[in-house]
Amino acid sequence: MTSRRRALTMAVALAALAAVPLAAAALNQPFYLDLFRRIMIFAIAAVSLDIILGYGGMVSLGHAAYLGIGAYAVAIPALHGLHSAWLQWPLAMALSGLAALVIGAVSLRTSGVYFIMITLAFAQMLYYVGISIEPWGGDDGMRLPGRSRLGGPLDLGDPHVFYYVVLAILAVLLLAGERVIHARFGTVIRAVKSNEARLQAIGVASFRYKLAVFVLAGAVCGLAGALLANQTEYLTPSYMHWTRSGDIMVMVILGGMGTLAGPVLGAAAFLLLENVLSAWTVHWQAILGPLLVLVVLYARGGLWSLVPGGGARDG
Amino acid sequence: MAEPLLAVRGLRKHFGGLVATDGVDLEVAEGETLAVIGPNGAGKTTLIGQLSGDLRPDAGTIRFAGADVTALPAFARSHRGLARSFQITSIFREFSTLDNVALAVQAHAGHSFRFWRPARAEAALREPARAVLEQVGLGGRGDVAAGTLAHGEQRQLEIAMALATRPRLLLLDEPVAGMGLDESVRMVQLLRALRGGHTLVLVEHDMDVVFALADRISVMVYGRVIATGSPEAIRANPEVRRAYLGEEVSA
Repeated sequence: MTSRRRALTMAVALAALAAVPLAAAALNQPFYLDLFRRIMIFAIAAVSLDIILGYGGMVSLGHAAYLGIGAYAVAIPALHGLHSAWLQWPLAMALSGLAALVIGAVSLRTSGVYFIMITLAFAQMLYYVGISIEPWGGDDGMRLPGRSRLGGPLDLGDPHVFYYVVLAILAVLLLAGERVIHARFGTVIRAVKSNEARLQAIGVASFRYKLAVFVLAGAVCGLAGALLANQTEYLTPSYMHWTRSGDIMVMVILGGMGTLAGPVLGAAAFLLLENVLSAWTVHWQAILGPLLVLVVLYARGGLWSLVPGGGARDG
Repeated sequence: MAEPLLAVRGLRKHFGGLVATDGVDLEVAEGETLAVIGPNGAGKTTLIGQLSGDLRPDAGTIRFAGADVTALPAFARSHRGLARSFQITSIFREFSTLDNVALAVQAHAGHSFRFWRPARAEAALREPARAVLEQVGLGGRGDVAAGTLAHGEQRQLEIAMALATRPRLLLLDEPVAGMGLDESVRMVQLLRALRGGHTLVLVEHDMDVVFALADRISVMVYGRVIATGSPEAIRANPEVRRAYLGEEVSA
């Protein structure tokens, strides 16, 4: 599909998300505001994973580690009375980017199953660190002393303001992602997935680009973690648990790998299904599982490929 | 006498018990075309892999353009002016044909830590890439997904990507492998045109191709170079006939 049509589809999707608070108010269902804010936060995490997974071909099963680091970067300063988002959110991105730098420097030297296992191991390590630090909530987690403060009229305590802040971050991420994917940098990242040996043969030192995109994705997911802590007003090491990494990966695959809109759609589908199905049964994943199998078997491009005007990858 | 462009000394590589390269010495002068021939399993592709930097030799040195490059990885050798084509076609299948070549140009046009401007809008990448596609005879195929090109066209694209890095020496691993007669003839024409301005090291099975292109021929058997010389001398060499050419005739 042309980039023009893709941009149009993206604009329609963002406009629809922007209209959710109005619909929620009209239906007198404020719960949907909360649900869609959660969807967008996970969409940010899923897009960040897809940039390394779908575009770069790096199957990281430890992406939730950055979600957790981002959440801790909000909660720990808040414990000490530091509530400014302008401190907490950059800190979340810097710390998770740093963690990604260390994890990537080690794990990107491997590939295939080894890469999956090492990223998983690093994330689980951080999870157990989180469990063991009692002053920061330990196993049980802890309540967030207060939401991040952006200053001025942007009070995250107001559910609508918080909603539109998250939407703005998601929109900026999608626009910037679209640029980066097609710039020189993104071209190299896509080439890593396509044929890394060839990329090196023509003279590209691919490792440094892989590490750079790994750090970038980690930092963006850290920001999603900062938002998630504000969303739940709770800090728990379970944000870093490997099943959470799996959830994010399912969102990416369900929605469509190697596209920017796919993971957003995937996050929406995943969390809406969770919401609807878990009202019937606690075993809702028994229904999600077969659905995922069907998508993988019959819609290789994910749900996004079934959307009219959606479809093709950003090749 | 000036130092040769490529000088290989005592190159050795084994995989487990198999000695794939057993003390190879080679010299390639600037501007010449050296063909490396030998029966299957003689170690020709392993040799190319070591020259390009994809494989690390166990012993020996590789000097290129006056410097020891033995320890350099493939991407660094590419920047010294070494380019290779692969025996088994190796391209970016999902990319368009032009994007494949433009990426090779990009690899030699500064770093790629550029995040905003679409690479497809950079004339400095697109135009040299178009020129190279034209040169190899793929001028009209730029917008096609590389994976959907015919086999022969993909082989031409291999050459185009190597050429786009502006190499001083081209390592060609069986450029006509698996080609039909027509495709093969076109490829030989292309390589003949390249001979003038480039130094070529050619690994090839097809003797017609080898004798049409090579200034000198080295014959490899069981990881060793058993003879090097002009095409006439190689044709007449009894050891070579016994080890290789004779087998071909009887096969």
